[in-house]
Amino acid sequence: MRELSLHLLDIAENSVAAGASWIQIVVDESIVQDRLYISVRDNGKGMDAETIQKVLDPFYTSRTTRKVGLGLPLLKAAAESCNGYLTIQSTPGIGTCVEIEFQHSHIDRMPLGDLASTLLTLVISAPQIHWECQYQVDSQTFLFDNQPIMQELEGIPLTDPAILSFLRQLIEEGIQNIQPLPSGISK
Amino acid sequence: MPTVKSLEDLKRIREEALQKRQVKAASGEANIVVAMGTCGIAAGAREAMKAILNLIETENIPGIIVTQTGCIGLCEREPIVQVQVGEQPKVTYGKVTPEIARRIVKEHVVEGKIIEDHVIPM
Repeated sequence: MRELSLHLLDIAENSVAAGASWIQIVVDESIVQDRLYISVRDNGKGMDAETIQKVLDPFYTSRTTRKVGLGLPLLKAAAESCNGYLTIQSTPGIGTCVEIEFQHSHIDRMPLGDLASTLLTLVISAPQIHWECQYQVDSQTFLFDNQPIMQELEGIPLTDPAILSFLRQLIEEGIQNIQPLPSGISK
Repeated sequence: MPTVKSLEDLKRIREEALQKRQVKAASGEANIVVAMGTCGIAAGAREAMKAILNLIETENIPGIIVTQTGCIGLCEREPIVQVQVGEQPKVTYGKVTPEIARRIVKEHVVEGKIIEDHVIPM
């Protein structure tokens, strides 16, 4: 997986598989501090300390434990090679928080990629979950919370063409409005 | 200046959607399930999902529910998309590129023709 947004999708899918009813996603690009931070927090079934070690071990995870594939160990290695880290905090029965950080300007840092598609995919395909998404670039913030929208819709599916169009534009424009341009290009 | 999307916009869209749904309700709904395990995501499940959503929006196709599932144990044939139209049996497609995903919506869901070349026998 060559973009951070795909890893983010993978981690959030783990939260969905863990039976979470609430998932919070934070993507924070601090150009000023030269850091790129991503977190996924959920209220799913959680893991004990032994399981956390196992999901970070590339040689443990196999067909018998399908919940987490090779995604996390590879992402941890990628973060550490970019002056960053990946940590997992989890309590059984309470939930899990995965945090990843990179040096923003590091030459080997994966691009963030298509964040809008990742968020839209999650919100559409797991509508039973309360999604709180925050995308931050220095002092600018885009917040997306699906709960007011779900309440307004009262059971109309999100894949109704007009609703889908509304959601896609809401998320795409919210992200584009604050997304930094590639270095060397000014706004 | 980009348009500001508000809940007021959503209220109006919702009313329009409700009216259209009453017309559509008789013909039965289609379910599309995209497998979103690590294997699926690495193989391009998000792009398949995006192609499906994009076609629903641009061609204005109502009555399709799109959801996700985890790894179904056929990692080497990901991205996998399952389709069920009304009461008909579920059909599983493998190696679903964005192009195949669009064909699944157009040919299978809308026109009722299964794309045999890409079906995984279950």
